[in-house]
Amino acid sequence: MSVLPDRVVEASDSYRDNRESLLRQLAAHDEQLAIVNGGGGPKYVERHRSRGKMLVRERIEALLDPGSPFLELSPLAAYGSEFPVGAGAVCGIGFVEGVECMITGSDPTLRGGASNPYTLKKNLRTNDIIRENRLPTIALTESGGADLPTQSEIFIPGGRGFRDITRASADGIPQISLVFGNSTAGGAYVPGMSDYVVMIKERSKVFLGGPPLVKMATGEDSDDESLGGAEMHARISGLADYFAVDELDAIRLGRQIVRRLNHRKLGPGRRGAGRPPLHDPEQLLGIPSADPKVPFDPRDVIARIVDDSDFDEFKPLYGTSLVTGWAELHGYPIGILANHRGVLFSEESEKAAQFIQLANQVDTPLLFLQNTTGYMVGKEFEQRGIIKDGAKMINAVSNSRVPHLTVNMAASYGAGNYGMCGRAYGPRFLFAWPNAKSAVMGPAQLAGVLSIVARESAASMGRPFDEEADAAMRQMVEDQIEKESLAMFMSGKVYDDGIIDPRDTRTVLGMCLSVIDNTPIQGTRGYGVFRM
Amino acid sequence: MSDTPTHRIDRLLIANRGEIARRIIRTCRALAISPVVVFSDADATAPFVCEADDGLRLAGNTAAETYLRADLVIDAARRLGAQAIHPGYGFLSENAAFAQDVIDAGLMWVGPPPAAIAAMGSKIEAKRLAREHGVPVAPDSTVESLDEIGLPALVKASAGGGGRGMRIVRDPLEMVEAIASAEREAVASFGDGTVFVERYIEGARHVEVQVFADTLGNVVALGERDCTIQRRHQKVVEEAPSPAVTPDVRARMFAAAIAAAQAVGYVGAGTVEFMLARDGSFSFLEMNTRLQVEHPVTEMVTGLDLVALQLSVAEGAPLPSALLDGVASNGHAIEVRLCTEDPYRGFLPSSGAFHTVSFPAIPGLRVDSAIESGSVASPFYDSMVAKVIAHGATRAEAARKLKVALERATIVGPITNRALLIDLMTRLTDIDDSVDTGWLDRQDLGAGPQPSAQQIAAAALAIVRVAASAHPFPTGWRNNPSQPHAQAVGDHIVEYTFDRAEQLSHLTVDGTELPVDAHGVDALGRIDATVVGDTVFVGGGLFAFAIPPRFTDPDDAGRAGSTIAPMPGKVVRLLVQAGDTVVAGQPLLTIEAMKMEHQVVSPSAGVVADVYVSAGQQLDHGQPLVKVDPA
Repeated sequence: MSVLPDRVVEASDSYRDNRESLLRQLAAHDEQLAIVNGGGGPKYVERHRSRGKMLVRERIEALLDPGSPFLELSPLAAYGSEFPVGAGAVCGIGFVEGVECMITGSDPTLRGGASNPYTLKKNLRTNDIIRENRLPTIALTESGGADLPTQSEIFIPGGRGFRDITRASADGIPQISLVFGNSTAGGAYVPGMSDYVVMIKERSKVFLGGPPLVKMATGEDSDDESLGGAEMHARISGLADYFAVDELDAIRLGRQIVRRLNHRKLGPGRRGAGRPPLHDPEQLLGIPSADPKVPFDPRDVIARIVDDSDFDEFKPLYGTSLVTGWAELHGYPIGILANHRGVLFSEESEKAAQFIQLANQVDTPLLFLQNTTGYMVGKEFEQRGIIKDGAKMINAVSNSRVPHLTVNMAASYGAGNYGMCGRAYGPRFLFAWPNAKSAVMGPAQLAGVLSIVARESAASMGRPFDEEADAAMRQMVEDQIEKESLAMFMSGKVYDDGIIDPRDTRTVLGMCLSVIDNTPIQGTRGYGVFRM
Repeated sequence: MSDTPTHRIDRLLIANRGEIARRIIRTCRALAISPVVVFSDADATAPFVCEADDGLRLAGNTAAETYLRADLVIDAARRLGAQAIHPGYGFLSENAAFAQDVIDAGLMWVGPPPAAIAAMGSKIEAKRLAREHGVPVAPDSTVESLDEIGLPALVKASAGGGGRGMRIVRDPLEMVEAIASAEREAVASFGDGTVFVERYIEGARHVEVQVFADTLGNVVALGERDCTIQRRHQKVVEEAPSPAVTPDVRARMFAAAIAAAQAVGYVGAGTVEFMLARDGSFSFLEMNTRLQVEHPVTEMVTGLDLVALQLSVAEGAPLPSALLDGVASNGHAIEVRLCTEDPYRGFLPSSGAFHTVSFPAIPGLRVDSAIESGSVASPFYDSMVAKVIAHGATRAEAARKLKVALERATIVGPITNRALLIDLMTRLTDIDDSVDTGWLDRQDLGAGPQPSAQQIAAAALAIVRVAASAHPFPTGWRNNPSQPHAQAVGDHIVEYTFDRAEQLSHLTVDGTELPVDAHGVDALGRIDATVVGDTVFVGGGLFAFAIPPRFTDPDDAGRAGSTIAPMPGKVVRLLVQAGDTVVAGQPLLTIEAMKMEHQVVSPSAGVVADVYVSAGQQLDHGQPLVKVDPA
């Protein structure tokens, strides 16, 4: 055992400031969650209920095992966009009959559950998670189809959604559709492509064309029930495999289906007992600095998320801006790479590249704890080959085949985002703390760079430099970049899988590791050519 | 005859089961006698079988197939190498023919001479004998006509005991049916349908005298027991001494008891029962020619071991000379009978496995139990699973000890009458003025004590915790908590929210908010709830809630309108057939369980759509019986 010490001093000013700052950011996040949970607002919620229907989150709660956890993914999708925050859809991982399933559902109180471009983004990301982690899927279907004004952004790429269902099916990942209401036109292919379909008496409506369209197309008079009612699909077309008498009955049948999936995890399983950390996770709120310029020691974070606070550090004396080492989390072995003092130098890059290779050699998943301002710049570092060394790290992380998990604890700037397994590097899951920022560089630096370039351009053309305009431009750019680098903005773009309360980090990562255990873990034995 | 035993018992066959078999085994151990038993299939793993040195299985479950098979029992004694048979109480204990067979087989009989059993076994004959020997006796139909007895009257099985086959009749029109049903029950229980009718003395207490006689003709009275609190003539609370007996009454009653014993040349342990009227007069009821269920209260106040005395007398030894001068009584002892029946649902019997059975260690507390943790209460025999006895310096102290012992006990399993026993012990000294043998039957017991909101919450949360133990993550964790969780328990709904540290942050029971720091947790922080199968228990097992299924299969709805077996048992009479029109509450069939007849009535007015069972059929608890389509 190499137990990390408890070095957090709750009585210190910095602890108090950090905690207050994070609590403020969490409150702002909670405000957005409240909006999401409110769906289309009281009027539409009331109308939905008056039809005897459950809200999408109530359906999910009824579907889940009692007392089990539920990890909702990208709840703030579409934040900062013209579309309602949450993107009108719920996706998350929960236990059904003891099996971790991906559960998806549209929120019919929000514009009838119609899909907009962000809904599509969220759904396609969900499909990646399903495929990568072999998660049986339960879709709670009730959607009015595409948001027609934005159909041009949805129609063509959206076709992938149906392809993903049948590809998952082909990969042996069962796809279940519980149809709670409308699922027409393109939406009809959700049950159409699924392995198991449950429809609800007098509720489900699944057809390619409704009565008006049929009338226009062929002149035939028809009605909803004969075109696509549950009764018809269960008895005549055979599209419905199960006929439910009401919503709870559909949920009962969904659980019954999962019970018989004979689901087996293909991963190596837990190794350890999964004992909790020795140090209080509540203190995670006081660790990330309220002032982003002040670095913090990631060992204090690791001490509050890994089993027994037990962390075996690798190369502790070399490349000390990056902490690497081994631990277990909820009993699952992991290798951890965590930024310490922000900057990545050549030593840190090489240390990371070596550590990633070690994890692949022994098939151990990796956790990246980001707090990086990027790779070091400057004459000395360029001449020492920072590009070559950073490339080694990016090479290693790109070709690594063990599952990666990434948490942005504070900052993810520049190519540091890539080396520390940012979104583009395909971590199985990526979460951010509410204080986290991501951008190509810091707002002040970015504005300063633009200013210097403009000043040089003016000088070379012999024009006078407008200092006032430059100051205004710098302020404007700084404000815009700052806003666009904030966690909620990133989450709104579905560049992460959600913002999490730092105190939940262990639970979230534990659930992810448990989900990952659905798949065999096999590290790579080969890399791209390392530039030496 | 000499002062030393004429025979020696090295190995004793106990022809009984349950707590009394264990009780006799305890004395055997103290006397270094080897106890052996016979047992039915249902009892194969019962504690008394495990504690015996050896045993022989009697194939079958019903008493008639097993413990009442005199031939098999005697054969078992021989095969197991026993020299003597102790019959306990019930079963063959008062069967004179069996006693004779035992003696004829060359075995020692731990009981009175067969002739004494026979004489007292017929209540009609016993009353005649008693009357002849100057014992006060109430008028009965063997000497007077029904008219002269008057009402209320008591119909009794002549061969009966333990209240079976007994009916009180207050309305002359009920007499015929009372006699018929007493006869049916008497045949089923004792194999003899003879019944008689006697005057029922209102307001009387049941007081009985423990007598002991040896083969030398010594007869002593060891004290009286008061068993007035009864339910349908089955004793519920028994105490010694009687709170209603004065020294003068006691002296006269002891003399009468000794006279009754002498009238039949009694040997061994016997009990002479009297009805004690409020004016201090008493009349002979019957004599039980065996060890009584309630013998422990006499043991507690006298310090005697009555089973040891029985064995000693059976071996031919005289009663200890100290006993011949009378025995001192010390303090007060109370016994209650713990039975698997629900006093608040018409004493509906239950059966099944006990998950946990434990009583607190209290000085002066004695538990004679048939069951232990893991034992099964079988539907084939008597519903009594344990006797809890407390001894104190005073009656109030004994009652308090017994109450606390029952409250602090953990009895997780089939529902018992524990809550009623606690209630009786709480009120014992307050109800003396009104108590008679019919008192309990007249009480409106209502719905019984109800669990607190905290206990309901604890029950619900126990269900959640069991479910949550399937995974290692915080119970009910959400990164986006959108609503409280709900858990149904019994017919309650508990809503709760846990925070990430698994502390409750929100709790309501049936819509009423509860403080989150006191959800059924006692002062020491223990959560008092146990989940066993589809039931959750709180209050040390005092309250049980069904865990409702989360979802109903609509196919099961077809069973709505069906009556279901309220307990395991046997269909004795089918009273309707498909197509019959019935009114709400109309009897549909009669079930016999625990040797009592229970009627199943129609839940509503309507037409009988289907009858799923037939007469004679053995039923499981919850089995559909008759489907009535409501009108």
